[in-house]
Amino acid sequence: MRADGHQSAHSRESGNPALGPRLRGDERSELLGARRRLAGFSRTLRDNGFKVGLAETHDALALLGSPAAIRASSLKPAFRSLFCATHSDWQRFDAIFDAFWLGGGMRQRQVLSGAPSTSHAPARRLAEAHVPQEAFGLPDRVERRSDGDGDSSAAGRGRREGASRAESLSAVDLRHIVDPDDVAATHALAARLARTMRARLVRREQVRRHGRRLDLRRTIHRNVSHGGTLIELAWRRRKIKPLRLVVLLDASGSMSLYTAFFVRFLHGVVDSFREAEAFVFHTRLAHVSPSLRDRDVTRAVDKLALMAQGIGGGTRIGESLATFNRWHARRVINSRTAVMIVSDGYDTGGPEQLGEEMRRLRRRCRKIIWLNPLIGWRDYSPQARGMQAALPYVDLFAPAHNLESLAALEPYLARI
Amino acid sequence: MTLKRDEISDKLAAVGYVADRDIATALWLMEFLKRPLLLEGEAGVGKTEVGKALAAVHAAELIRLQCYEGLDQHAALYEWNYQRQLLAIKTREGIGENADSIEEHIFSERYLLERPLLAAIRRAKPPVLLIDEVDRADEEFEAFLLELLSDFQVSIPELGTIKATSIPRVVLTSNGTRELSDALRRRCLYHYIDFPEVDREAKIILTRTPGIDTTLALQIARMVAAVRKEDLRKVPGVAETLDWAATLAGLELHDLRQEPEAVYETMICLLKTQEDRARLTREISERLLGKVA
Repeated sequence: MRADGHQSAHSRESGNPALGPRLRGDERSELLGARRRLAGFSRTLRDNGFKVGLAETHDALALLGSPAAIRASSLKPAFRSLFCATHSDWQRFDAIFDAFWLGGGMRQRQVLSGAPSTSHAPARRLAEAHVPQEAFGLPDRVERRSDGDGDSSAAGRGRREGASRAESLSAVDLRHIVDPDDVAATHALAARLARTMRARLVRREQVRRHGRRLDLRRTIHRNVSHGGTLIELAWRRRKIKPLRLVVLLDASGSMSLYTAFFVRFLHGVVDSFREAEAFVFHTRLAHVSPSLRDRDVTRAVDKLALMAQGIGGGTRIGESLATFNRWHARRVINSRTAVMIVSDGYDTGGPEQLGEEMRRLRRRCRKIIWLNPLIGWRDYSPQARGMQAALPYVDLFAPAHNLESLAALEPYLARI
Repeated sequence: MTLKRDEISDKLAAVGYVADRDIATALWLMEFLKRPLLLEGEAGVGKTEVGKALAAVHAAELIRLQCYEGLDQHAALYEWNYQRQLLAIKTREGIGENADSIEEHIFSERYLLERPLLAAIRRAKPPVLLIDEVDRADEEFEAFLLELLSDFQVSIPELGTIKATSIPRVVLTSNGTRELSDALRRRCLYHYIDFPEVDREAKIILTRTPGIDTTLALQIARMVAAVRKEDLRKVPGVAETLDWAATLAGLELHDLRQEPEAVYETMICLLKTQEDRARLTREISERLLGKVA
């Protein structure tokens, strides 16, 4: 059976009857042309965000010489399997293929004329494709080396951020940041904060890994070479499952000053936590993790910002929580899940319902963290009826009006 | 040699897998480029079936590795049979053998337990290696897998490097619970399997349910397609369709329109959660039936 495969790969050299007439005509120039067009096609795909490397192009060239290249109808699925790596690639491929190989003469000519001179470009382009994520020019990961085992009990000491500008920004109430550059920097910080949070948590997990129980099976196994005399001991490590974070973001009108910022934070969280789910609610609840997983940060955030807009009808926290409890909780919540609710607590629904749903939620998850941007305001006390009803079930009630307050959460999360 | 795609389709059909043309192309391409194939798609669209069918087509052995969180090399690659090793040590010490020869003896093939990955590269005839739900395994395991899939050799410290005697055909499936690494994705060919369209599903029902008649199969396929369009938590897969078809055939129905009651009652074959069951009421069931049958 395997031999068959080899044959098919080599058959193009040994005069294939089906290919014969086409290739023999003016074989060389045609192959050369095909090669050029292929380079153009790879480039088009790369421009569209496909990860196309040398290996793929090489294999595609082999395919062009194979029986599959006789008809577009068989070449398309073959190229699709080769070039696609994800479902989103898969969905867009047909359109790109059709535009390049079948229709769109304009596009073809454009690409063809440019192709020969840019054949060396691929490697650089590929590298560039990653740039936009850190486009804000801030260092991605700043670690405190002196911090020893990563046990950061320094809740009050604030963050050691990279840029000094960032440092000054982190204390400003998010409402007061209006300069576009500052806004961009704040967003970058938020995304980065979400990532460092995760990095810290993971490290902490590794420190804890030296369990204190003897693993008998492994110990015996390991000491077989000593004739069964137990010399080396194997300890059972405690398997710590990563913390799962579920964020429910209030995107109602009263929160609008903060929404854009938190959306960015949400993207960072979903992007870096291995297990994270995000929901946005105002009058109803929407599961937004899939849109947040979009690689293109700006597009994901824009998409979400759009979803979060168009409100005005007030917030129904209780009802949204009910939807969450009924339809999503079972799937997204396990025993190591922290639920983070970001809301100002102004509920247009009844406080009884909110209380009831909070009680239900509390039973399911490990911790409930309620972030309220209003806490940062002077003289604030949680008077809103909704907030009053929810408070008994909240494990941590914390401010979230600036970056510092968010950073202060990290040690808390690490202890869960 | 002409394109063997249609041939592959035929062979797949012969072993009971009704393939669409694109999956046949992907399988052909796997042969042609000697690359693993990564299959993604909703639960229940028949990803695992592709691996099984491929094995049947090539009359090859199917070696399956089910991934789970915490899967490590010992469960996936090899392990020493240490109980037997200990026994051997004790007995050989008794007859006064020296340490070197004991060591040589107990770290030999006889005491090596093959796990799926090692088994897959040591067969005389290339098997089909099905790595199921690779997204459930940890990232470290994924990296290890990547190494194996590019070199097809493993090193066992006590025994040395073992090279593949035959390169297995590798099919990986993923449900998308975790994002796979770019490196792994790029190593593989990719195919996204959707729920089958009505005609193909009807064909699947006909192939898998003996004695069912064509009109009924088509009605069932249409009905299932309509149910999938409803807002459900767990969308019924092909396996559920087949269960339902078997049930309806067992009840000796011939026309769904005649038996709306039976249709509603047997729909538990399709709906696997309480919420979905509650959502698809008798009225909705009848409305769908009116549309499709």
